[in-house]
Order: sequence, then C-alpha cells, then structure tokens
Amino acid sequence: MGRMTFWGSATILRSAAFGLMTAAGLFLTQHGAEAAPKTAITVGMAIEPAGLDPTIAAPVAIGQVTWQNIFEGLTTIDKAGKVQPQLAESWQISEDGLTYTFKLRQGVKFHNGEAFDSSVAKFSIDRARGADSVNPQKRYFASIDTIETPDASTLVLKLKQPAGSLLYWLGWPSSVMVEPKSAADNKTTPIGTGPFKFSGWAKGSKVDLAKNPDYWNQAVSVKLDTAAFRFISDAQAQAAALKAGDVDAFPEFGAPELIKSFEGDKRLATVIGNTELKVVAGMNNTRKPFGDKKVRQALMMAVDRATVVEGAWSGFGTPIGSHYTPNDRGYKDLTGVYSYDPEKAKALLAEAGYPNGFTFTMKAPQMAYAQRTSQVLQAMFAEIGVTMNIETTEFPAKWVADVFKAGDYDMTIVAHAEPMDIDIYARDPYYFNYKNPAFNDVLKKVEATSDPAEQEALYGEAQTILANDAPALYLFVMPKLGVWDARVKGLWENEPIPSNVLTDVHWEE
Amino acid sequence: MISILIRRILSLVITLLVVSLLIFTVMDLLPGDPAAIMLGTSASPDTLAALRTQLGLDQPLPVRYLAWLAGVFRGDLGQSYTYGVPVAGLIAERLAVTIPLALMAIVLSVLVAVPLGVQAARKHNGVFDFVAGLLSYISIAVPAFWVGLLLIILFSTTLGLMPAGGFPGWDAGFFAGLNALLMPAVALALPQAGVLTRVARAAVLEVMNEDFVRTARAKGLSEGIAIWRHAVPNAMVPVVTMLGLQFTFLIAGAVLVENVFNLPGLGRLAYQALSQRDIVVMQDVVLFFSGLVILMNFLVDLAYLLIDPRLRAGAQ
Repeated sequence: MGRMTFWGSATILRSAAFGLMTAAGLFLTQHGAEAAPKTAITVGMAIEPAGLDPTIAAPVAIGQVTWQNIFEGLTTIDKAGKVQPQLAESWQISEDGLTYTFKLRQGVKFHNGEAFDSSVAKFSIDRARGADSVNPQKRYFASIDTIETPDASTLVLKLKQPAGSLLYWLGWPSSVMVEPKSAADNKTTPIGTGPFKFSGWAKGSKVDLAKNPDYWNQAVSVKLDTAAFRFISDAQAQAAALKAGDVDAFPEFGAPELIKSFEGDKRLATVIGNTELKVVAGMNNTRKPFGDKKVRQALMMAVDRATVVEGAWSGFGTPIGSHYTPNDRGYKDLTGVYSYDPEKAKALLAEAGYPNGFTFTMKAPQMAYAQRTSQVLQAMFAEIGVTMNIETTEFPAKWVADVFKAGDYDMTIVAHAEPMDIDIYARDPYYFNYKNPAFNDVLKKVEATSDPAEQEALYGEAQTILANDAPALYLFVMPKLGVWDARVKGLWENEPIPSNVLTDVHWEE
Repeated sequence: MISILIRRILSLVITLLVVSLLIFTVMDLLPGDPAAIMLGTSASPDTLAALRTQLGLDQPLPVRYLAWLAGVFRGDLGQSYTYGVPVAGLIAERLAVTIPLALMAIVLSVLVAVPLGVQAARKHNGVFDFVAGLLSYISIAVPAFWVGLLLIILFSTTLGLMPAGGFPGWDAGFFAGLNALLMPAVALALPQAGVLTRVARAAVLEVMNEDFVRTARAKGLSEGIAIWRHAVPNAMVPVVTMLGLQFTFLIAGAVLVENVFNLPGLGRLAYQALSQRDIVVMQDVVLFFSGLVILMNFLVDLAYLLIDPRLRAGAQ
C-alpha cells in the first residue's frame, strides 16, 4: 500500500512539474512580446503540402505555402484577384493577340544566388509545357508556339491562337519561375525569387521560412524575420492550438460550427472572407434522368440555398447561381434564375415525365461540407418526391477514380477550388458530361479577345447559360474563415486564389 | 533448442514474404491512381502518363513487386511520391515520436495498472475491487482519441498548462519533447491500463493463495510484503505477455491519438499516405507494422520456450 501512494504522488508531482515549467515558459514569452513587436509568425494549415514545387503537383496546399512567399511569377494576382506585373515589369500584346513581349525585371536573384533573366523564364515555361512535363496546368501553356529571348531582359511568346487569359494564368502558382540548376530539387528544397527563403521542413509537422535579405523588391518592407506553417488536420486541434496560442493565425479554419467558440476571446480576431471554392452538386448529364434539362432545373428549384448554407456550413457562405464567385470578374448574381419553389419543381418534374419522382444515388465525399450538404439535399428532394440515397466515397482517391475519371455516378458534391474554372464545362471529357456547343463558343470568344470589358461580358453570358441549363446544382461559395491573433495584420481577407501571402504580414505594435 | 530456433526464424521469414505479397496486391487493388491525385482535376492525359512513367507506375505488377522486394532487402524502401524523399528516412523520423510515445504509454499504464490490480486482488469482491473494476471497464470502453480531446480542452485550452498538440522535435530539448508527448501518452495509456488492471488482478488472485505465499505469511511477513515480494513477481508472467502483445496495439492505436494531438508519428504518416495514395510509403509502413507483430509473437513464443521446459521437451 505504501508503494502505491508513493507511485501515485510521484505521477502527480511529475505532472505538476511539467505544468509549472510550461507555465513559466508561457509567462516569459508573453513578457518578451511586450518589449518589441514580434517578427515571427506561426500560420496554421489543415493540410500538409505534397512536396513544395507548385509546378509539378496540383494540391492547393503547395501554393498556400510557397506562392508569393518563396516563388514568384512573371505576373501575379493581387488580393482583389487582379493581374499585376511581378518578374515581368511590363508587356506588350500585338494587335492580333498572338505576340506577347515581356520586359523582365533586372537585378533579380534566386535564393541560391543565380540571376533571373529571359533564359530562365524560357526554361521555366518550356519545363511546364514540354513533352515530359508534369505541370498540373499544362493546358495553360498549350497556346504557346515558340519562345524567343532577343536579350537578357526581353521575353517574347508567340502563340498559335489568341489566349486572352494568358496573363492571368501566368500569375498562377503552377506558372512560377524556377531556376534551371535547382528546379529538379524544388519538391524538397524550393528555390525561388520571393521575399522568403525556404529554411526547413519537419515532415508531418511544419515548414519554416526565413526572410530573404536580398529581396529585389525594395518597394515593400518585409516585417517578418521568420514564418512557420504548421499543419493541423483536426478541427478541434486547430481550435485548441489557436486558443492556446500555439499558432498565431489560421487563415482557413476548418470548422464553421466552432467559430462561435472564439467570440468571447478578445485576443483573437475572426475575419470571414470569401474563397474560390464553389460547392457544386454535379450531375451525370448523360445518365437518365439527368440528361433531361427539365429534371435538372426541377432539382435546382427544389433547393433552398440559404438552408443548405445554414445546414452545411453554419450559415457561412455565399449562395451562387452559376459556376462563378463574387470574387471573379464579370460576376452576375444568378441565384434568382431557378430560385427555391418546390411546387413549380414538382410541376416541371411531372412535365418531364416523372410525376411520382424517381430514385438515384448521391456519391458524397467524406468531407464535412459534402456529407452535410447531401443530407440537406436529401430532405429537400424528398419534398418533391425524389428519393436520393447517399453513398459515401473517399476523396480524393476513390472519387477521382470512380466519379471523375470513370464517370460512374448519378450525382456528386465537391468544392471546385480552382479560380475562374468555368471552362471545365467546355472540357471533354469532364465528369459532368455536359455538351453544349453554344457554351463552348462563348468561352472560345473569351480567349480570342484580350479586352477585359469584352471578356467580362462574355463571362456573364457563360454564367447565364450554365444557370439556365443547370448541368450541376450551384449551391454556395465556401467562406474563408480566418481566425488570427488580433495583433496580426496584413493577411488576406479574401482568397481570389488559394494562398497565404506573407509579404505584408506584421505584428501591430 | 537451436533447431527449433532455426525453424521458427525460417517460418518468420516465410510469413513476412507472404505478408509482403499480400500487402503489395492489396495496395494495388486500392481504387485511386497516385498520379491522378498528385496532378488534380485539370491534368491532361499526357501529363498523367508522364508522371506515371516518372513514378514507375507504368511497369507491370510483378516487376514492381520484385523491384520493391529487392529494394527492401537492400534496405532501400523507395521514395515517397508526395514528399520526394526516401521512405526509410521518413519512417525513422516518425519512429522518434511513436516509439517514445508508446514506451511512455506502457510505463504509465503499468504504473497505474499494477498497483490497482494488486490492490483489487487483495480486496477482491470489496468496494475497492468494484470501483477499480468499474474504472477499468470505463477506461477500456472510452476511446483514446476522445480522452485526448478532453485532456486538450482541460489542460491546454482552459488551463493553458500544456501545448495543445504538435511536436517541437527532440532538438528543442528533451523535456520539451517529453512535455509534448505526456498528454497523448496518458490518452493512449488509459485503455491499456484498464486491460492490464484486469490481467494483473486475475494473475495476483491466482497466486495469492498458493503455498509459497502462504509460507511467506507464515514466516511472519506482513500481508503487503508477502504480496509484493512473493505473489506479484510470480503473477507478472501474464502481465508481461500482455504488455508484449499490447505494444503492437499501442503503435497501431497511436494513429488516432497522433491525429488528435497532431504528432508527426508513424500512425499519422500511414494515415496521410493512405489518403494521398502514397503507395510506396503505405507498403513500407504496413510491412513495418506486420513485421513488428510477427516479431513480437516470435519473442513471446521464445519467452514461453525459455520459461516452460515442457514446451522445449515437446518440441524435440
């Protein structure tokens, strides 16, 4: 018995000692913080990137760590979603839209000391469009015919056909400039021209960045000396890490239902912005009964988008009527085209030959938003006599194999993350199996012009076609649930492209 | 004895080979193409083909299997698709978290379970026994990851005494590392402690009334000393056996706990690799887990052979 008490108290003593030590540590760091503004930040992310080279793999987490921090492009995309010059200072587009002449910035050096010039730019683009390229957006370079480098600071792209979105595409993470000698190792040790250098990757835990003292852009003053991206997948653990101060910011917090728990905490700021993540219930347009436009329209009218947002994402999120977000240029609010009207939906269904409804299967990925949205939709479809069975599928692996590639599904739900991807409805094959030559023509016209106003009008047309045809049910845009220390300034509120740009981030004094 | 040993080792190798073949085929049957996951939904077919060639996925199944097996024998476990680094290094890095975590959990569970079990046996059918029994059943029934969440809410969020998760790395200092592992180890230890308490209680109960314990008491030793010096050591065989078996469960059970506490351990590596279809990593980690189970069973067998002379005689 004596031994037992001894053991018991030893355990208690040990925990007490640990507790005291940690408490002392916290006390010390808090005191230190008052003396001078902090120059380090820990940013939380849900998903660890698969490698650190955005030019060879698709996961958005790669760009969220590296884009604009480590790597930069010829052009960039600002926080309003607009194209801005970056490593290309300026450019000229020929009358016919087939020749792009870029004037490149001089005196730019990569983190390994190598200079950036037109040969490097040519190398980067050739690497992305070559025969053995594994660039996830290789299609963006398909219009390029030849690349010329008349001198070190001039790059000329000759196109096969006009590509009105080229400058925008060149701003993407998958189009960043890489240096020939280091490119092959960028997956593990990325070398770019950005304001931060890669300094370490504790796999499974965090990626460390350090300020690049030789950053070319003297116009910006980078306040952070170091930055760490920490990967925490579990939403509860994310919340705990924020509350405990283990991470300073979670730009994309994972669980809307936990947002309320931050309300009382004065130390933390909650900033709700928007993203490019379009939650869309895609239908297999070649399968009965979804081949019938009336059926799709009826299903769209059976959906009360506000309730979906409430049920799936605690009321955070913006309803959409087409495959386009309020961030995107030329956005039109088309939620009124087929707004919630179950009676009309029933009538339309009867007109299409389904007075008693029908039964189909929803293949819903395991993510919370997809599961909850499916359940809300299930109840809404039941109102108009349509029975929806829910089958859970594993995203990405099984979903990509079964739904995306094999097209073996009736309906599915997924958040489309890529900005300005309305052209997916013109792709063949694509999992919606939507084929509309009129729509394809509109998108071809977008590329044929480089006049922004004309492009915006055409994007409006494309949105309207989709809203009317309803090849998929357009539900809502995911919010950007930003939670961070109230003293952290300079993080983007919205996300016109998946990113965590740290250039302007600083601690308020 | 030597011939039994050789036979056992031979069967161990054969089992591992069969297991490796099974792992490989099952991984191949898994739906999902690693190249398609890496390149996302915009990739064109020729890009996919280029990546498949780069990863060696265009080779036929038997060729890939033999190449993998040959690599494993050379100690080359291949390259991770997602991280782009050798898998052996990845596993080693992760073991630096998972092994200390499992060991801490074992130590904690023994520290709790043995005294509880012994005391419950001494007071069997009494109130203490009842309460200890109840507690151990609860701890077996309660999932470790949930205990982990409760611990985080109490000690990290509310009291702010402990880190909410994550691992600073051993280079941040021995105590910082230990501190990060303490709560996960408690969460992991609890169900083990429940099981061990039951085993310890039963084992002590069995030897408590044996002649040698009675003799010890008759010599005038106090009840406590008689139990702790004579009954407990003899009751430890089943407890130690259980521990050996539990160790593999602990390593596997760490998957959920590592996720809750965001620890970069082997379990989380396996989980991540599975969702990314990082097949090489999956194969290696599963092979490692299987090897561990096979090895543990082998060691337990060996221990029996050493302890029980009848088995040795029978085997000859």
